[in-house]
Amino acid sequence: MDKPVIDIKNLWFSFNGEQVLKDVNFTLYHKEFLAMIGPNGGGKTTLLKLMLGLLKADRGEIRVFGRPPRQVARRIGYVPQNIHINKNFPISVLDVVLMGRLRSGISRSHYKKDDLIAAQAALGKVEMEQFNNRHIDELSGGQRQRVFIARALVTDPEILILDEPTASIDAKGQAQIYTILKALNEKVTILVVSHDLLALSSYIKSVACVNRRVHFHGAAEVTGEMLEMAYQCPVELIAHGLPHRVLHSHNGD
Amino acid sequence: MLEVLQFEFMKNALMAGLLTSIICGIIGTFVVVNRIAFLAGGIAHAAYGGIGIAFFFGLPYIVGTLGFTLFAALIMAAVTLKARDRADTFIGVLWAGGMALGVLLLDLTPGYNVDLMSYLFGSILAVTKSDLWQMLTVCLSVGLIVLFFYNDFLAMSYDEEFARLRGVPVKGLYFLIIGMIALSIVMIIRVVGLILVIALLTIPPYIAEKYVRSLSMMMLISTLLCCMFTIVGLWLSYIFNLTSGSTIIMVAVSAFFISFLVQYLKSRCLYAKAIGN
Repeated sequence: MDKPVIDIKNLWFSFNGEQVLKDVNFTLYHKEFLAMIGPNGGGKTTLLKLMLGLLKADRGEIRVFGRPPRQVARRIGYVPQNIHINKNFPISVLDVVLMGRLRSGISRSHYKKDDLIAAQAALGKVEMEQFNNRHIDELSGGQRQRVFIARALVTDPEILILDEPTASIDAKGQAQIYTILKALNEKVTILVVSHDLLALSSYIKSVACVNRRVHFHGAAEVTGEMLEMAYQCPVELIAHGLPHRVLHSHNGD
Repeated sequence: MLEVLQFEFMKNALMAGLLTSIICGIIGTFVVVNRIAFLAGGIAHAAYGGIGIAFFFGLPYIVGTLGFTLFAALIMAAVTLKARDRADTFIGVLWAGGMALGVLLLDLTPGYNVDLMSYLFGSILAVTKSDLWQMLTVCLSVGLIVLFFYNDFLAMSYDEEFARLRGVPVKGLYFLIIGMIALSIVMIIRVVGLILVIALLTIPPYIAEKYVRSLSMMMLISTLLCCMFTIVGLWLSYIFNLTSGSTIIMVAVSAFFISFLVQYLKSRCLYAKAIGN
């Protein structure tokens, strides 16, 4: 393993006087495919936003590519949790994706030909190119999700962060999205928040359990305990032809 | 009918209507998609405090009104950014406070009894050439700013977090939008009144939004609708000898409810079709 792409040390974060994250230590390496699981309100989205520089930590240090997140946010592709924001907003699929090509400087107000080509190509990667001219509101949840993935891809990211990308999608749509992510993982580091650990288990390389504290499991194995955390109820561990390996219990619990 | 165009005041009124429509089409689109109609209303009413200041201290209208309105607008913008969940209350306070300040200062201004109604509903038939020049200036500057920052405005209006990640200076541009709203409102209320401003800032973009796939088209359609409301309103007010500002508003409000009804019937039709299948 080479240098970490994300490195978090002793991070604390509170919101409205409530401690959301406690003493988080976390390292993510190049070309990792990490699933982040944990109960609602456990701090998953908060942790992502801290990595993106959208929130500021109370204490501790976050380094992305060795620098503060705000400086390198452009190198991270982000697919937010809420893809239903502004549903009636007058915008076409292509224009949503083009947002990923926003630049600063004097020529900011016009997209050039290569921006359009890149946006079309990103839509192609998620098999949505024929929808480019549609109103975003006309798409199904799964289609819209893929458009938002395309918007993250068109930024040519080195890390792709997805917050519950399959929340409102049926099983078939989920498998499609995970297949897309697996192909991307050849080049890109991927971090995905999900409740669907079972569906993900054949794609991921490691797991982080987030519930105020973060426990990192470097090898991709699914334990009953982790599934309980993901589903918040005891579940039977079922997997297709995968030998069940058991992880060490969290130190200090 | 066309003989009314021979009158200088009618020509000016139509010109004012056109310029107002362009400004309202552009700015109103931002007001509607960013859901800040209440904030825009607050700015328009707080402007009344500025009018009071201008008269009381004997300042030129532009200096007093624009100064105070910008000040109030930027406070509202800052509160909206800092404490989003209680911003509406704060805007309400500035809304009422600005209005009251205006009335009191006009009370205290010796020997001057300004007509409150003319600032509420405007007097589009009394527009002068210099008013038109001022409106044209605002129109051009707003147009150029929006042209330059179009993609940034679009991104931050649609998805603020993503825009921030792409390096869009979201906070600065938010203040710029609010500032443009304040400037436009101050320019327009003298001509069409603050109630008409709010109607024209919200109704045409609301109707347009249903039929378009881009902000620029929304601005264009809003401008056209706005023009239509103004012309029809002026024409009706001329024929029936009614107050022009209020007639324009009633035309816009009627169109609003008609479009609402059309949308409702359309969705009922689609529903019936879906059930039928």
